[in-house]
Amino acid sequence: MPHIHRRVLAAAAMASLVALTGCSSDLPADGPGSGASSDAGKGADGKKKTGDQSSFFVQADYEAQLAMRTKQPTGPADKPWEQSIDPQPVDTAKYKKAGPYKLCFSNAATNNPWRQVGWKTMQAEVAAHKEIADFTVLDAEGKDDKQISDIAELTAKGCDALIVSPNTTATLTPAVKGACPKVPVIVFDRGVGTDCPVTFIKPIGGYAFGADGAEFLTQKVKPGGKILALRILPGVDVLETRWSAAKKTFDDSKLDVVGVEFTDGDAAKTKSIVTNYIQRHGKIDGLWLDAGATSVAAVEAFEDAGLPVPPLNGEDQQDFLQKWKDAKLTAIAPTYPTYQWRTAVIAALKILKGESVPKVWNLPQPAITEDKLNDYLKPGMPPLHYALCGCEKMDGYPQKWGGK
Amino acid sequence: MRRNLPILGVLAVLLVAIAIANPFFLEPEGFLAFVKRAAPLAILAAGQYFVIVSGEFDLSVGSLVTAEVVIAARLIDGDPGATWPVVLLLLAFGALIGLVNGMVTTLLKVPSFIVTLGMLLILSGAVFLWTGGSPRGALSEEFRQFGRGSLGPVPWSVLILVAAVAAVIALMRSDFGRTLLAAGDNPVAARLSGVRVLRVKTTAFVLSGLSAAVCAVLLGGFAGVSAKVGEGLEFQAITAVVLGGVALGGGRGSAVAAIAGAFTLQALFTLLNLYGISGALEFTVQGLILVLAVALGSVQFPRRAKSASTTA
Repeated sequence: MPHIHRRVLAAAAMASLVALTGCSSDLPADGPGSGASSDAGKGADGKKKTGDQSSFFVQADYEAQLAMRTKQPTGPADKPWEQSIDPQPVDTAKYKKAGPYKLCFSNAATNNPWRQVGWKTMQAEVAAHKEIADFTVLDAEGKDDKQISDIAELTAKGCDALIVSPNTTATLTPAVKGACPKVPVIVFDRGVGTDCPVTFIKPIGGYAFGADGAEFLTQKVKPGGKILALRILPGVDVLETRWSAAKKTFDDSKLDVVGVEFTDGDAAKTKSIVTNYIQRHGKIDGLWLDAGATSVAAVEAFEDAGLPVPPLNGEDQQDFLQKWKDAKLTAIAPTYPTYQWRTAVIAALKILKGESVPKVWNLPQPAITEDKLNDYLKPGMPPLHYALCGCEKMDGYPQKWGGK
Repeated sequence: MRRNLPILGVLAVLLVAIAIANPFFLEPEGFLAFVKRAAPLAILAAGQYFVIVSGEFDLSVGSLVTAEVVIAARLIDGDPGATWPVVLLLLAFGALIGLVNGMVTTLLKVPSFIVTLGMLLILSGAVFLWTGGSPRGALSEEFRQFGRGSLGPVPWSVLILVAAVAAVIALMRSDFGRTLLAAGDNPVAARLSGVRVLRVKTTAFVLSGLSAAVCAVLLGGFAGVSAKVGEGLEFQAITAVVLGGVALGGGRGSAVAAIAGAFTLQALFTLLNLYGISGALEFTVQGLILVLAVALGSVQFPRRAKSASTTA
């Protein structure tokens, strides 16, 4: 008898659990930007379904980046890593000295494929210059505290120029400030909160990246179409800017953003999330991603569900470009070119030779469109290779980059 | 069979609820897609069942799954010829981890909770060290077939699940199954009546490691290389087993009910998703189930003497 009693209890508990959790779907959307609230759409209070604007959003930077996309860069057209948009040259005569040079580099990390491709490209650039006698590198392994001590150590090693790729913006600013008076500093990729470095090298930026993908969807998806936005994680400036530009585009469009989810940049999580949305909404009409690493997993979710793949954006990773071609996707690939790793070395040498460099070196940041797909798809390169490495004519290509 | 009734009833209710929310579920394709998604967890729950019914825990399976997928990607590196050797290697690695867990638990008398928690940390740390935070290499298309492809209309993962369930039922009906239950129910009595408790318990851990390897092949095939694929799986597996009415502490519960528990959990997730409740709440639901199920299970104190003989 107690057994039966227990089973009834268990069944009742399960039933009430289901009822309880089922009920909560009727609650209004909770917080802004929360993935769970996505299904509520535009709330009764007229709040945007994409949530509040990111605290990282700066209107002036946004407008400047969007404008830069159509500007003609100066410099050799066949070497985009030497080009710049809107350059404001600074005089470097006071840094001029005779070679050979000792270059130093404080690297934030090599913990993702994008950084691995960039790092290989940078090494190849250094190898191409005989005037660089020594290249000392410290890898901070993604830790702010290690990079702070790395920069201090390199500053004391008699470097002729110091290249820094900061791990985070705010925390590394004092370390860079400390190095500036002792050695010419070149910062690239992520920025720092001081203008003491001689030059700061970056592609146009995250707003342009995010807008490229979102604008493509507004053109390709019919009004009212359901859009799923996939982000890696919140709170990182270079990713927040991508999403905030896309959010602006979507808010001004007639598209219906049914969800904004965080994937941690993970293929398995991405595929599950997209599969869940397909199940829940029947279909999804467009897919926006803040980085290309998980695009292929998202595409597979549609393939495995037996549905056509909707328009989407990826990045210049080989696996996505290959999928794009093989499955004849409707896609665009905004980029954040890895060739900027070359530019950092070139800038250091220019400074030491007394040649002027732009104060902010804005590199061109092309988006790969369907008509240019074949130019960027490189057969034989590994799936995690980034096409915009600018490394095709360097010594050791393609083997050094893992190609055949 | 009577022992499985409560969980099968709950599962049936959930399946009906899903079918009402999403009629596509009633079509063969829709249902097979559900089984395909539940298969990895069901297999992992079957492995966890052996350990739990023998009176122990295996918390290491989640990070073991991650380690297996990362190793597979690194070793295969896109080469189709490496597929089968690597699959065999994965199975061997899973069994080896299970063997280590089992031997440390039984021979060194360290509580399995601690042994497998330690193994969880060791494996996830090793994976991070080896990959530097981003897994390298690629799985071959042939490897991906296990988790993505199908034989006619039936996904491979469903066929693998059917084979695994058959093997589990056969095992529990054999001498091994009876001795496993006896060892979990009362290790001293079992030892006195001639059961080699240490060997039986170690075998249970090896089976759990093997199930994690099979689960890794299916999940790696499903989504490709990922350093987070196994995250939280150990808790899902334990929740599934507990939901199936298997007593923590060992000795009681059926393997079929544990597998049904995995399906129930997956059905619950599916239902929550259909009603627009995603991700974050899954953990809350899992936690509620775990606590409720164990609390309800411990209400009943007078134990039936014959419980050890009820198997799948």
